[in-house]
Amino acid sequence: MTGVDALLLALGAVAVGSGVLVVATRHLVRAGLYLVVCLGAVAGMYLVLAAELVAWVQVLIYVGAVVVLLLFAVMLTRAPIGASDDLDRPGWPAALIGGGAGLGLAALLVDAYRWTTVELPEAGTAERLGEQVFSSWVLPFEVLSVLLLSALVGAIVLSRPDIGAPRPETTGAARPETTGAARPEAADGPAGDDAAGDRGRSR
Amino acid sequence: MRPVIPYVTAALLFGLGIYGVLRRRNAVLVLMAVELMLNAVNLILVTADTTAKAVLPHGGQVFALFVIVLAAAEIGVGLAIVLQLYRMRASVAVDEIPLTEPHTAEPVSATTSGRASPAAGSEPEGPR
Repeated sequence: MTGVDALLLALGAVAVGSGVLVVATRHLVRAGLYLVVCLGAVAGMYLVLAAELVAWVQVLIYVGAVVVLLLFAVMLTRAPIGASDDLDRPGWPAALIGGGAGLGLAALLVDAYRWTTVELPEAGTAERLGEQVFSSWVLPFEVLSVLLLSALVGAIVLSRPDIGAPRPETTGAARPETTGAARPEAADGPAGDDAAGDRGRSR
Repeated sequence: MRPVIPYVTAALLFGLGIYGVLRRRNAVLVLMAVELMLNAVNLILVTADTTAKAVLPHGGQVFALFVIVLAAAEIGVGLAIVLQLYRMRASVAVDEIPLTEPHTAEPVSATTSGRASPAAGSEPEGPR
């Protein structure tokens, strides 16, 4: 048991413990904050495993962006402050499936690797990873940029109710031949329930 | 370095993520559990980069970067869907979403008076 192993054990214990708190706590905001602890511990494990760039990207994107987005969503959906009792469903099937998957995978991996040791490879710095990304993996990289763009457009279209909804009074008589012909399902929606009815039917 | 430690950590985090996805009712908490599962996958990839000798060096870390980007895209679209759901139904409980016939289960206030009173149509207890 070297220092690296002890560090990995400590960070793994922190990650699993805060993960338990994420899925078990009764406070919505605290779940997000425990998620920060869990993701930070995983970033520390990346650093110990000599994956520098992945660790810093994890801190930047997960801890910086994703958790902030989640906390914004908690606030925008008017989550109650303090403990709330209706966050959970009855938990026996969830515990069975989750525990079975987690412990089964853990048993499989313990059986595969036992207590063997490997040498840590050279550190995955930004220079080495950039070389790989832009030489061997450049096509997935470009596809991923297209996916990010489509996710951006999709999020904007989803969160703006005036895109793709029928305009009842202002343009309903003005442009039936331009929009009504292209989207015939827009004509039968109720007028007051513009975006909700349209999206609810198409989902 | 013993690779069994991060591997077992990742397996337990994945199990916790599955438990959270199946257990939680709030859609934002479901998304948090999905993030736990994606992190477990990333940890597996980074650890496999140290144990498996691939033809291309650092393939696991490059894939972990790709998965992080995918998670960012997923959380953006997922939260847009959650906010739209909250706007439609004034509730983000995932077991109150009607999977069939969405018009029969619409809240009454949304069809009669627009979205003037979004809290009136929400029920505190979902169908069990």
